[in-house]
Amino acid sequence: MITYEKAAKLLRYPLRRLLFLLCLGFGGAVLSATLVRFAPGYGAQERELDPRWSSQSIEALRQEQPLHEGLPMFYLRYVSALAHGDFGESDSLKRPVRDLLRQRLPVTGNSVVRGLAVAWLAAAMLGSLGLASRSWLYEASSTAFSSLFLSLPSAVVAMLAVYLRTPVFWAIGVVVFPRLHRYIRSLLVRSYGQPHVLAARARGLRSGAIFWRHVLPIAAPPLLALLGVSFAIAFGAAIPIEALCDSPGLGQLAWQAALSRDLPLIVNVTLVVCLVMLAANSLADLAGRVFAGSTQ
Amino acid sequence: MTLPQKVAAIILCLIFVLMVFATIFVPAPYARQFRDVPNAGPSAVHLLGTDALGRDCLSRLLYGTRVSLLLAPAAALLSTLIAALLGSAAGFLGGWFERIVLAVTDLSLALPWLFLLLTVRAMLPLDVPPMVSVLIAFLMMGLLGWQASVRVICAAARGVRDSDFLLLARSSGCTPTRLLLHHVAPNLRPLFYAQFWISIPLFILTEANLSILGLGVMEPMPSWGNLLRGFEDFSALAANPSRLGPLILLVIVVMCFQLVLPSQEVTQ
Repeated sequence: MITYEKAAKLLRYPLRRLLFLLCLGFGGAVLSATLVRFAPGYGAQERELDPRWSSQSIEALRQEQPLHEGLPMFYLRYVSALAHGDFGESDSLKRPVRDLLRQRLPVTGNSVVRGLAVAWLAAAMLGSLGLASRSWLYEASSTAFSSLFLSLPSAVVAMLAVYLRTPVFWAIGVVVFPRLHRYIRSLLVRSYGQPHVLAARARGLRSGAIFWRHVLPIAAPPLLALLGVSFAIAFGAAIPIEALCDSPGLGQLAWQAALSRDLPLIVNVTLVVCLVMLAANSLADLAGRVFAGSTQ
Repeated sequence: MTLPQKVAAIILCLIFVLMVFATIFVPAPYARQFRDVPNAGPSAVHLLGTDALGRDCLSRLLYGTRVSLLLAPAAALLSTLIAALLGSAAGFLGGWFERIVLAVTDLSLALPWLFLLLTVRAMLPLDVPPMVSVLIAFLMMGLLGWQASVRVICAAARGVRDSDFLLLARSSGCTPTRLLLHHVAPNLRPLFYAQFWISIPLFILTEANLSILGLGVMEPMPSWGNLLRGFEDFSALAANPSRLGPLILLVIVVMCFQLVLPSQEVTQ
């Protein structure tokens, strides 16, 4: 009975999050439609400035534009197109936003996942080494090292990556690493300082057993939450890094869209990134809950 | 305060003093071009050399320090004010207002900060005078950078809401506004200060990123961000390493803030 209730509770959470994501997607679509509709220059065409076109022709061209349809009709058409995966057309690149997203998202996704793998590996290794050695010199040098990286703007890391000819994912890893290292280190110190861990150590349990049975169950839920947050940090870092390293991903696309004030593109890219981030955070949160539930 | 924290605080004070009295030390206005000596190395006239347009690097560094170190605290003040207002009201009032504020906060926190800034920047004109670009950067960071602080302040205000002294004040007939301003806010004041100081290094780094991407402070107005744009020319940097000045100063200031504020764990 208790297991059934627990399973129902666990199932209720993802359903609620899914509903929230759907509502957010709808709200985001309405918001992006508003931003696109009321942006300066919406519906204007270069052909209207061509002196060879007569006034009647220009008027006919204007009548063809969606500018003249009513506002409710515009929203209905925009949201329905979005629901069918039609994100409209980029003003600056003159290509469907859907095609651009399909082309660029895998590039950024690949760099972000590999960069996160590098950052998590380095942060976990340095955090564990610090805990094992417990030497003040190691602690001081690793803290100084991570503080130095934390103080560098992502764009400067990107310039260094260009200079050193390193792949984009290394630059993303370097930006994410110090944030993870600081948190993982303090989390491990806190977990190893728990009274029941001290008692287990006093009873002579091996370090591996202490870690797997006593430290990991406490540390795993916040670490999984951190995994969700680290996705947002990595996606944020991807903008300057891809822009300066000339990597054809979403970050570079967003930067180019901002520079050319291409609202249909930037708004839809941001909407998609927002949904990806929320899905990643929800998955990380759900994994944390499942883990906490299974270890209780 | 530990010894490293004291040293960091002294360094920060010295840099702020240098920033205030920058006009006394600058050899030339930041936009003045010495056209006969472009890309010059350090000399008695130009202590840090000149850039590709012949502008004195030391003057630009000192003025840029002033812009960055005024912009970031000003934006931090605005964002802390918004966070204090929203967070304490949400925590104190509770109910649907708290739920809405926290939902909006969670939503904003889920979105990478730079994507949000880029979207807002794309809606504003790009071809603007330098002073207007500084104002836009200040308003963008100040108006969009309150989310993380709201969560912390709201949680603290929720704790104050159930306290005995507030119950006593409420039973004495205090209005909600008076309760908020005279009883809740003074108890949260240390938290407001902490959030203000934590936001400064974050905004310094954000301004640098935006300006390097050409979406922050516009030329010829110098800031640490647009001075760092010169790093793209590695040959000029190798010929005149003193151009690393803005980066060194930025790293020192952000590291000093981190030392003074050890509680800051994850910054975006």
